[in-house]
Amino acid sequence: MSILVNSKTRLLVQGITGNEGTFHTEQMLEYGTPLVAGVTPGKGGQDHLGLPVFDTVKEAKEATSCNTSVIFVPPKFSAAAITEAADAGLDLVICITEGIPAADMVKAKNHIREIGTQLVGPNCPGVITPGEAKVGIMPGFIHTPGSIGVISRSGTLTYEAVDQLTKIGLGQSTCIGIGGDPIIGSTFIDLLTLFAADESTEGVVLIGEIGGSAEEEAAQWTVENNFNKPIVAFIAGQTAPPGRRMGHAGAIVAGGKGTAAEKMKALTEAGITVVKSPADIGITMKSLISERSLS
Amino acid sequence: MKIHEYQAKDILRRYNVPTPTGFPAFTVDEAVDAAEKLGGTTVIVKAQIHAGGRGKGGGVKLAHSIEEVRQTAEQILGMNLVTHQTGPEGTEVKRLLIEEGVAIATELYAGIVLDRSAEKYVFMVSTEGGMEIEKVAAETPEKIVKEWIEPEEGLTVQQSMNLAEALSLSGEQAHNCSKTVLALWEAFIQSDCSLAEINPLVVTEGGEVMALDAKMNFDSNALFRHPEIAEMRDHSEELPSEIEASKYSLNYIKLDGNVGCMVNGAGLAMSTMDIIKLSGGDPANFLDVGGVANSETVAHGFRIILSDPLVKSILINIFGGIVRCDRVAQGVIDALTDMEVKVPVVVRLEGTNALEATELLENSPLDFIVASSLKDGAKKAVEAAGELA
Repeated sequence: MSILVNSKTRLLVQGITGNEGTFHTEQMLEYGTPLVAGVTPGKGGQDHLGLPVFDTVKEAKEATSCNTSVIFVPPKFSAAAITEAADAGLDLVICITEGIPAADMVKAKNHIREIGTQLVGPNCPGVITPGEAKVGIMPGFIHTPGSIGVISRSGTLTYEAVDQLTKIGLGQSTCIGIGGDPIIGSTFIDLLTLFAADESTEGVVLIGEIGGSAEEEAAQWTVENNFNKPIVAFIAGQTAPPGRRMGHAGAIVAGGKGTAAEKMKALTEAGITVVKSPADIGITMKSLISERSLS
Repeated sequence: MKIHEYQAKDILRRYNVPTPTGFPAFTVDEAVDAAEKLGGTTVIVKAQIHAGGRGKGGGVKLAHSIEEVRQTAEQILGMNLVTHQTGPEGTEVKRLLIEEGVAIATELYAGIVLDRSAEKYVFMVSTEGGMEIEKVAAETPEKIVKEWIEPEEGLTVQQSMNLAEALSLSGEQAHNCSKTVLALWEAFIQSDCSLAEINPLVVTEGGEVMALDAKMNFDSNALFRHPEIAEMRDHSEELPSEIEASKYSLNYIKLDGNVGCMVNGAGLAMSTMDIIKLSGGDPANFLDVGGVANSETVAHGFRIILSDPLVKSILINIFGGIVRCDRVAQGVIDALTDMEVKVPVVVRLEGTNALEATELLENSPLDFIVASSLKDGAKKAVEAAGELA
């Protein structure tokens, strides 16, 4: 069991013939991800890396029954690619692209909300269910199948956390990078909802960062919904200066709001175990899981 | 990206937002010329720096004669303006805005930002014009009235009238206010702003609703659509090291500590700063080298970090995903062979080909401190910085 993607996923790559698309499609195939097709406008009818290429998502869906797509198209076309995938009726769209204008995302998010397609990202590493499907750009080999869910606003920091989990003997059910932009598809709450219902997930690592209030909202949600699996949370940017955009477009403390301290306080008050050091994520989850199996 | 007030007002005028007539001036003579062009009995001399709070810091003054304009311009140009937003070091004033005086009846506030929770832009107004809006929001939040904007519709005429009503305006003034806020929304959305603040928005004695001040920030991701706005970037407002970094697509922010760090990925870069602090040190910078950590990017990274004389040690923390650690290690070795780095360098490489990378570093004649984990790396870098201090 897992959430979002598994061995039954039928994956489409939007932007499959580009440099990024080609490289990561090769990596995903090598991992054993169930890929069925690609889309690049104007290149329909070709074969690429052994997969059929279509001009549109709609054509790809009709021919291959793909249900999920991963997007590697340039930022100026990405919002349109998201909208196209949703309009074609895909269930899940995972957008890797970094640098999409916020105004484009406001419109795209509004559009897909009405359709009901689930979006992950943009500006994210993607989603992986270890041993079944790697949909994105994360290094597959650091993951191992298991029972910890990971939800993170970061990329390489997620790899750091996963690596700690794997090395300490805790495999992962599904790991999701939700993205570092101000407007993103799935939120912490959307994914905690799925993890709550997933029997194979025994605990969740939640990695937030400065900016916005998604972590505070997630903290409140876990209380209101009696989320009863252990959560270990880490917030990046405890030492970040206010008013500066720390790499991610969404990582900014503005008008005194969105600080790490506020987020850590809200999470702690919700009964969530917050670690101050990014080096303590794995070991803390290990001790929470052990306590639980003893009691 | 930020721009100056006079540039923001140029953009606003294009969208028919009423603003006082004014001209930028880079020299005292230009300031005098501008005042002569304006005529009138009162002109305002306004320092143009990117920080707010210029009035309180002495960067905004009235002048009632050409001679007074000259004196005031001499005084403000070149001054080191300290406001609550510049920090104690202040910012040197290199540009002025010379503007006609306006007879003000009422001072109001108008602002547009992205509400991340609602996933919509929100238009905010308040009768508390001229105040710091963060303070109003904290102390009297009921005095800020908001209209959330539907992405497909934009700000509607009805919403613009609601905003005018919230500002207690009626009749001709309400009509003018509605026109001004609609124009402001157009300017905001057509220019891909990330924030617009008009503080104060004023009602003049003639009943016009005018932007007396203007702050506009832009979404960097959308600047490709607005080359004319991208050209307004004022490099003198940024640190040379930060401009240098952006040339090589490196994301660098200078801080006050002495432990330099070079990391791939924004989240990991922030947490590396955090763990340096937890280990008893102080980070000297945020530096995200992104997805390509080859010898060239690593060399640029070193140069930028070392341009800060406070740096006493450097921690390289790379989690190899797509980027292979052995290539990063080779990059570090090449960069250090070619350039003189006098401070200790701690290297922590994890992920793809990490073992090969460690071998490369250990077999190199150069003097690295190899770290086995994030915690170990931070500890060693802080210790190394301490020994030199």
